Amino acid sequence: MSDTADKVKKIVVEHLGVEESKVTTEASFIDDLGADSLDTVELVMAFEEAFGVEIPDDAAEKITTVKDAIDYIEKQKSA
Amino acid sequence: MFDLTGKVALVTGATGGIGAAIATALHAQGAKVAISGRREAELAALAGTLGDRVLVAPADLADPAAPAALIETVEAGLGGFDILVNNAGFTRDMLALRMGDADWNAVLEVDLTAPFRLARAALRGMMKRRSGRIISIASIVGVTGNAGQANYAAAKAGLIGMSKSLAQEVATRGVTVNVVAPGFVKTAMTDALPEAARTALLTRIPTQRMGTPEDVAGAVAYLASAEAAWVTGQTIHVNGGMAMI
Ligand SMILES: NC(=O)c1ccc[n+]([C@@H]2O[C@H](COP(=O)([O-])OP(=O)(O)OC[C@H]3O[C@@H](n4cnc5c(N)ncnc54)[C@H](OP(=O)(O)O)[C@@H]3O)[C@@H](O)[C@H]2O)c1
Repeated sequence: MSDTADKVKKIVVEHLGVEESKVTTEASFIDDLGADSLDTVELVMAFEEAFGVEIPDDAAEKITTVKDAIDYIEKQKSA
Repeated sequence: MFDLTGKVALVTGATGGIGAAIATALHAQGAKVAISGRREAELAALAGTLGDRVLVAPADLADPAAPAALIETVEAGLGGFDILVNNAGFTRDMLALRMGDADWNAVLEVDLTAPFRLARAALRGMMKRRSGRIISIASIVGVTGNAGQANYAAAKAGLIGMSKSLAQEVATRGVTVNVVAPGFVKTAMTDALPEAARTALLTRIPTQRMGTPEDVAGAVAYLASAEAAWVTGQTIHVNGGMAMI
């Protein structure tokens, strides 16, 4: 697993207080991990801080799963 | 009760009558207090009276960049951020017919937009820490309206709507957002009223006296405390009974 994926999952575990085993790559923040809309905003803010990237609102809206987050961040980092 | 030991508070408009009393009250409850305003000599004088646990943080809230910078200064200077008191405000009274866009905008900018910017910047850390207090000083006229104050009343009513919305957004994070709406309080703001207007006002206040800044500060200290944890999205009217809402 990539560093980014590890770090993203760690942030999700910390923020949502869920079991690590539940945070699979396909997991949806809201449907599978019990996040509310405020949690997703906080997650995006945490990703921005941890990876030093800017995630504009329209992109943030599309980040609904762990995989979405990993892909977006990897793309930003390689850009 | 109402102990604030170890908490960090920012009071804007601390050079004014009500703001100085709020800073003094929070400080007396044990908080570390950052005091803000434009007049640096007045800030220094208040800091001298308060003694330790004080940070002087001058800012002009008409500057759109000032709020975020101010919150950063306080977080860095006092090591945290627990209580935001949006107290700075000013009036530019005139009948609507004569009120230019600039008169409207200037009041909205400092009395409503700056408090929003401050709240937005403060919320980030508060939500992470799962605790915080945002208290805005509105006014009785934000609820009743007042001839000659369309701009000011709109800004103060706006603070109430803003606070109710923020309160709902962050309630699950241990952050409360409330408003204190003073009636007529004796400060520089009301000293500017003509004597006749002041005498006429007294006949409309059941307690038959104007409020003191301390009357307002007590309500703020309560809302800032742990005891007020279940009070959110509310407006406490401190007005001697002038309007019972
Ligand atoms: N007095 C009353 O009867 C009454 C009634 C209802 C509500 N209120 C509200 O209570 C609050 C305090 O009022 P007060 O009676 O204590 O008035 P005040 O003595 O005139 O104080 C106003 C404060 O606001 C600050 N301020 C104004 N414009 C500012 C700007 N552009 N940037 C930064 N700070 C600014 C001033 O600081 P600097 O001059 O140092 O910049 C001052 O500290 C206000 O929001 C007011 O609307 C007052």
